[in-house]
Amino acid sequence: MPLLDVRDLVVRYGTVTAVDHVSFALEPGETLALNGPSGCGKSTTALAVLQIRRPASGEVRFEGQELTTLTEAELRPLRPHMQPVFQDPYGSLSPRHRIRDAVAEPLKVQGRWDTDSGPARVADLLDRVGLDPSYGDRRPHELSGGQCQRAGIARALASDPRLLVLDEPVSALDPSVRAGVLNLLADLQDELGLGYLFICHDRSVVRHFADRVIEMRDGRVSSP
Amino acid sequence: MASEPLLSVRDLRIAFDGVEVVRGLSFDLHPREVLAIVGESGAGKSLTARALLGMLPHGATATGTVRPDLSAERGRRIALVPQDALSALSPVHPVGDQLAAAVRSVARVPRKEARARAVAALDRVGIPDAARRARAYPHEFSGGMRQRAVIAMATINEPDVLVADEPTTALDEERRDQVLRVLAEQREAVGAALVLVTHDLDVVREHADRALVMYAGRLTELGPADEVLTRPLAPYTAGLLASLPEHARDRRLPTLPGTPPAPGTLPPGCAFAPRCPLAADDCHHEEPEPRPAEGRLTACHHWAELPHPAVELFRDQQHASS
Ligand code: SF4
Repeated sequence: MPLLDVRDLVVRYGTVTAVDHVSFALEPGETLALNGPSGCGKSTTALAVLQIRRPASGEVRFEGQELTTLTEAELRPLRPHMQPVFQDPYGSLSPRHRIRDAVAEPLKVQGRWDTDSGPARVADLLDRVGLDPSYGDRRPHELSGGQCQRAGIARALASDPRLLVLDEPVSALDPSVRAGVLNLLADLQDELGLGYLFICHDRSVVRHFADRVIEMRDGRVSSP
Repeated sequence: MASEPLLSVRDLRIAFDGVEVVRGLSFDLHPREVLAIVGESGAGKSLTARALLGMLPHGATATGTVRPDLSAERGRRIALVPQDALSALSPVHPVGDQLAAAVRSVARVPRKEARARAVAALDRVGIPDAARRARAYPHEFSGGMRQRAVIAMATINEPDVLVADEPTTALDEERRDQVLRVLAEQREAVGAALVLVTHDLDVVREHADRALVMYAGRLTELGPADEVLTRPLAPYTAGLLASLPEHARDRRLPTLPGTPPAPGTLPPGCAFAPRCPLAADDCHHEEPEPRPAEGRLTACHHWAELPHPAVELFRDQQHASS
């Protein structure tokens, strides 16, 4: 069974069709890239997969379960398993929260926080993404762009996801820093068998990192 | 390059609260050339560009010389191509009026003539129906047209030097190429040199004549862009190139170990030494000065010991944690 199976996805903003009958499937441990110019619908597709933006029609199956017909309450227990990581690492972490609290938050929200073992779990997650656990005391603006993106990945991992939706995760980073974050994502995928829906406009990164690429243009798949 | 330099920068130092961020930088800019200033965040490349424009941020102090100092003639002899077209244009005035105002800010030109030049400039950057479009407001322009409009504005007074600070960072590849093409056309049309600050090595490869690589506020390497990018003579440049996905041999990419030093916490000797696979004893004691090597400048004690190809130096450095 594919991890993610998207069929005939259509997303509209008012009268504009942002995603027009897009279909693809993603296996566990696989990286599928959505590539294309800005406005091609790749980010909207990501939001629809996550059911942040509800599609107008089409199917989104996650581990066999159809998501588009579920209510918000029915989606809640599934959401932890499909986690987004966005381009702007500063924008996706609250500026006022320490990194430690940002990583702990999903555990708390999901009722999986244990006061005894929680802090060690957070330290583990930070270590796992290559951040010294002492960074837990810092706030986002005290980290570099690459470190901040790592913190964002740690936060996503806190939910024990099986799918990461990575929306331009390395686009804002310098080349060497970008290489380190891509290596980290490759390591995590190997160890945890994560599926990656990888949205990226940089062709050389896509060619290097993705198992398969779908080209999008004007809301449609222009090449399989 | 045999020509007289257009600009000579000597021992430029820029500090905040006594902490130097640019630490003694010297280079020339030649007429009509495209000089890319390359490096990672915090290397001092934007500050260097801003020093040329006389637009240093509040709290920065600069020493050294920039000759001639064109910053007093900003808008006429030297102009900035802004990164963010939307915030560079005033939302409350028609685009054509803003271009005309730019003309009249540097020369006594009748209003009507300034307007005509604004329309001509918009036409030159490929804005269709420029006479009508000149009366529109920035929000009525598409993102691509706004980018063209600010390039028209930067070049309207035919400056000698254009400075573009990461002009395409926020754009996808297609838009990036468009913007750079328009910029290249206009630069050629007015005969300006361009200082192009970027961390995108693809942009350097395609658009620059020479590349100045900076690390921790110093010159690491300076030479013809194609040579610097194909056969670097400094370990730092080699590391940057090695980390590009197009050079990858397997899924793990080479990276530079560790992180750049924060300003004010520089190691003794070469600032790159803690991250450099070639570092030897002398590197930890003596900071290398830029010296001529094979028709370029390199600031490395051991450039002659780099392997061929130089990216091999970082082949085994495939860290996920730096
Ligand atoms: S001077 Fe030494 S430490 Fe610095 S780049 Fe050259 S070899 Fe490496």
